[in-house]
Amino acid sequence: MISLSRFLAVLTKEFIQMRRDRLTFAMMIGIPIMQLILFGYAINTNPRHLPTLVMMGDAGPVSRAVLSGMKNSSYFDFLGTVSGPEEADQALRSGEALFVISIPAGFERRVVRGDRPDLLLTADASDPTAAGGAVGALNAIVSQAVGETLTGPLAGLAQGPPPFSITVHRAFNPAGETATNIVPGLLAIILSMTMVMITAVAIVKETERGTMETLISTPVRPLEVMVGKILPYVLVGYVQTGVFLFAARLLFDVPFDGAVMAFFWGFNLFVIVNLALGFLISTAVRSQMQAMQLSFFTLLPSILLSGFMFPFSGMPGWAQAVGTALPATHFLRITRKVMLKGAGMGDIGGEMLALGIILAVITFIALMRYRQTLD
Amino acid sequence: MTEQKPAVTEEKPIADEGHAQGAEPVIRVEGLTKSFGDKTVVDGFDMSVPRGAIYGFLGPNGSGKTTTIRMMCGLLTPNGGSGTCLGFDIVKQSRQIKERVGYMTQRFSLYEDLTIRENLDFMARMYRLDKRRQRVDAALEDLGLKDRSHQLAGQLSGGWKQRLALGAAMLHEPDLLLLDEPTAGVDPKARRDFWDEIHRLSDRGVTVLVSTHYMDEAVQCDYIAYIAYGKKLIDAPAAKIPEQVGLITYRVEGDHLVELSRELDGKPGVEQIARFGSALHISGMDETELEAAIAPYRNREGVTWQRQRAGLEEVFIHLMAQSFDNFAAPGAKPGESP
Repeated sequence: MISLSRFLAVLTKEFIQMRRDRLTFAMMIGIPIMQLILFGYAINTNPRHLPTLVMMGDAGPVSRAVLSGMKNSSYFDFLGTVSGPEEADQALRSGEALFVISIPAGFERRVVRGDRPDLLLTADASDPTAAGGAVGALNAIVSQAVGETLTGPLAGLAQGPPPFSITVHRAFNPAGETATNIVPGLLAIILSMTMVMITAVAIVKETERGTMETLISTPVRPLEVMVGKILPYVLVGYVQTGVFLFAARLLFDVPFDGAVMAFFWGFNLFVIVNLALGFLISTAVRSQMQAMQLSFFTLLPSILLSGFMFPFSGMPGWAQAVGTALPATHFLRITRKVMLKGAGMGDIGGEMLALGIILAVITFIALMRYRQTLD
Repeated sequence: MTEQKPAVTEEKPIADEGHAQGAEPVIRVEGLTKSFGDKTVVDGFDMSVPRGAIYGFLGPNGSGKTTTIRMMCGLLTPNGGSGTCLGFDIVKQSRQIKERVGYMTQRFSLYEDLTIRENLDFMARMYRLDKRRQRVDAALEDLGLKDRSHQLAGQLSGGWKQRLALGAAMLHEPDLLLLDEPTAGVDPKARRDFWDEIHRLSDRGVTVLVSTHYMDEAVQCDYIAYIAYGKKLIDAPAAKIPEQVGLITYRVEGDHLVELSRELDGKPGVEQIARFGSALHISGMDETELEAAIAPYRNREGVTWQRQRAGLEEVFIHLMAQSFDNFAAPGAKPGESP
């Protein structure tokens, strides 16, 4: 016989427990709100204001018309000029610019002569989504701009087929494969997820089972505990990454063009940052369950704001600021640069510095909090 | 019974009692105070533990026993007060104290997913002990766990877990053992064995501070401190406590004791009726009132009355009854513990 009062008693008890577990309650409310804000405001699959450089081989009314048309479209933001192809390559590889437009020497004269010369737009296609919208709109933007500007003696050129053609060169990912972009980024997400979670849980386990009390009654120092507990999981991270890279090559044919050492150092630093973050989480929670929830809470922005799923350049300023504070953002850039763009140690200095700063901040807070938990 | 003292007695420091013979006490703390938030858990706590003594620490739940023990070994920083433990300052030299103190927690807090040997080995490493293998082997031998050293600690019964924890706490041969309710949830036989071990350690010169709920354990201590609401109410050699509290007890034997107990309950002067085997112990602080209350029943058929010295057990029942659980709502009266 089903008893209504017994059922109600269980129901009431469940609500009381839900209310008492503040962190879980906060997560239940916080996660949907966070998702709503991130998906609603931060994510933009058709980003504008993409950083662009110009390689000026010639100057004149036609090239001016092209450039101003691109600028007015709001897809391209001109940062400045580069003097040669090496500089252009460097800017694309380091991520300073997403596009380089090259106006070849003698361009104006050949337009007037009716040679239909080529304009070259080199796009960083390692993230096909980011470049896609701008590239797709390019032809329309340019022909409209040219039509409006070419007046006087050149008006004749505005009629008929365009007086020049635009060649788009998709650097780093010529086929525009999504997998090529997603797979290296996925490594950052997988490591964020497992490393943070494993560490957070491993340490809370000591508190939950009461073994922390014995541990702190011995002369052991906080740093010894922290390093000793974290290091085994660094090895777990190595195994994960090895398996991952192997599978990425085998199944998706993802290249690995850059310096192995650059990847190696970036990877190590990132793993350490994640483990420190896991340690920090463990100092704030009381149970393994809460540790899982909080880890998930930090994972969500790592997926959405790091540039993994949606182009970083398309996000509003505040979202980019949050993204910059996330370790996954920087490691993701390292993996893409090294694997797809053939970057070396010199190209990832900025990311390494950012990871170093994040690590210092997290470690500082974690050690402070660990001391407090003794009291 | 010379004079009647109230239960709340400020007693002379133990060092003056002659037992310690002027030796420097192992623990000496003064005015220890600890609050968590706005709740003061320990308030102005003084204590002096002579070398080699078994010092019992009694009090109801939440009275601050664990917090006090933790402050003494440097696990917690007091908000106020000062003291030394093994000659080291409890605030500034907690690391030195930790090296020399064996601490056993209320709840089993070794690793259940490590084997017995692995646990002992881990603790030996924590204290950076030399001749680790030898020491662990010796400890296993002492514990009688040599044959089971590869069993997971989590599979041990409650009594064995406590013995293992004690073995682990003794591995670095500390001069002072702090035991926080070591026998909670352990069967009586295992408890007796555990106490035999404590006496053995005490004979070897180890000082033991042990908190407990059990009165049969309290009576085995050389000294007893009784703490309630974070304040120390009594602190004296165990043998002197009944005299100090000044409880008067009559022992009643015979028939229909249940009925008698019901009739006496609530009479002025009758503060406590406790059953001891087949007898009733009726106690009160006020001699005149108690005598008056029991007078009508003294000549009852088939019942014998006998006045006797109050034992430690009655005294503690008395003390416990006076102090309710410290987590009870304010305004609750003594004796109304839930």
